Amino acid sequence: MTGNATIDTLRLTAEGAKDMLERKEISGAELFAAYADAIGERDDELHCYLHTCDDPGGDGLPIAVKDVIGTKGIPTTAGSKILEGYVPVYDATVVERLKSHGLRILGKTNTDEFAMGSSTENSAFGPSHNPWDPSRVPGGSGGGSAAAVSAGLAPWALGSDTGGSIKQPSALCGNVGLRPTYGTVSRYGVVAFASSLDQVGPVAKNVRDCAYLYSILAGRDPRDSTTVELPQPVELPSAEDVKGLRIGVPKELNEAEGIEPGVAAAVRAAIGKLEELGAEVGECSLPLSVEYGMPCYYLIAPAEASSNLARYDGVRYGFRAEAEERLEMYERTRDEGFGDEPKRRIMVGTYALSAGYYDAFYGQAQKVRTVIKREHDALFETFDALVSPTSPTVAFALGARTADPIAMYLSDLLTIPSCMAGLPGLNIPCGLSEGLPVGLQLVGPQFGEAVLFRIGHVLEQALGFDVVPERLR
Amino acid sequence: MAEVDREQLLKVAHLARLELREDEVERLGQQLNDILAAVSKVSELDLADVPATSHPLEVVNVWDEDEPRDCLPVDEALANAPEREGSFFKVPPGGAQ
Repeated sequence: MTGNATIDTLRLTAEGAKDMLERKEISGAELFAAYADAIGERDDELHCYLHTCDDPGGDGLPIAVKDVIGTKGIPTTAGSKILEGYVPVYDATVVERLKSHGLRILGKTNTDEFAMGSSTENSAFGPSHNPWDPSRVPGGSGGGSAAAVSAGLAPWALGSDTGGSIKQPSALCGNVGLRPTYGTVSRYGVVAFASSLDQVGPVAKNVRDCAYLYSILAGRDPRDSTTVELPQPVELPSAEDVKGLRIGVPKELNEAEGIEPGVAAAVRAAIGKLEELGAEVGECSLPLSVEYGMPCYYLIAPAEASSNLARYDGVRYGFRAEAEERLEMYERTRDEGFGDEPKRRIMVGTYALSAGYYDAFYGQAQKVRTVIKREHDALFETFDALVSPTSPTVAFALGARTADPIAMYLSDLLTIPSCMAGLPGLNIPCGLSEGLPVGLQLVGPQFGEAVLFRIGHVLEQALGFDVVPERLR
Repeated sequence: MAEVDREQLLKVAHLARLELREDEVERLGQQLNDILAAVSKVSELDLADVPATSHPLEVVNVWDEDEPRDCLPVDEALANAPEREGSFFKVPPGGAQ
């Protein structure tokens, strides 16, 4: 490195890096190299990246990209052996958008296989580790992106979220993650898991960076007909108070069984802070959404996954098992290529969609989804945003939930309901419990990102949470 | 709820084109039953009059002009093929089913 300025990747925000580049305090090459050095120093321990890239040149900001997002010429595995060696021949629309803003890809981050999981332990290439305590998980599925941002291995990152895969890892790693309103960010070129739920979104060190990255990603894409134009452009939050905003505290999301006392206490304190800052806080209820959200999700998501994962047949790309006959080749390729969690979900989904069971399972789950959506819609007639913990617990130990799929599924208990309703959700860190970050979830109405950014920005100023993991300071 | 037995499990696996190994039949069979028991909670609700939601946004059909556009050259489209012959994906012959 030749520059005079020191680049502290643990503290530097994307906005800060942009300022330094514009003032010519650092060069684009020095900035990229600083992250590459940090990756060299810390990623052997944390395993955030499945693949790292050389500096493509230029003065744009570096960024990490979750490995379910297709990148032209850069391997894309979705954390699965069945895609090992796959190199996309085109960019996902979100990657095109990054590149059109000059952003440079640092590498592809680890994920649970096909984004199915809450800890990265389902990655075929081994788990990532939490930068606050490497004996613990970083959350999932986007644990690689969240851990990379918190450990200073990327200023910001792309994640993807089906039932909590952006928000929950951000909660466990202590940073800011947005699951956008369904339909605002293109899924073209993204490995499909559950198409009526999947959304790409930003992971960042603070709310302003998160909003800025969202402004780059969002908007209609002619190649994804589920996308819509934003009703108004994204603005970076700068408000200093939350006066007049009505914030609902859904009882079931805040008192659910399994929420750790330290998590509940940190979130309660943050809600108190919001009241001090002028918000009108009121209790409210989601009577059925939390109780029935998880069973509803674990029917709809596997049903859609069983259909989406039918394409991995060893014919056109990815892994192929040796076999004399074609049917044998399909079945063996899929048995050897998929890990346990995709197999479980393919089996559950195939069963739930099969003749004789469709109405009782998939059809009924779609009706429950209507109930969940109506319950949320009703609350947004009274409130501007809803608040709760993001994850019931802080980061748990590696291995603690791997033997019991249902225990792992409960990690997403509090993030699933709003995902089913297609609503945006923002995680911001709100304190520590047992020395580990606690995440606070803000949920807004459809296209309500601006109010989430405003509340999140004001709250992060007021709380002064230090996003650098204690052991790395 | 009735348990999924071995025969049903193998039928579902075949529908999903998964050739499960013997140890998987045992393990996945148990887990599948545990998961189905948990998710069948949705049947507790009487929702006869509630419409289904298949998509969270109220979107309308999107129409596009039917215009020819550039597509991937054959060599790029086949770049990731496990096996190819000329401009085709090559697969093993179909056996008796």
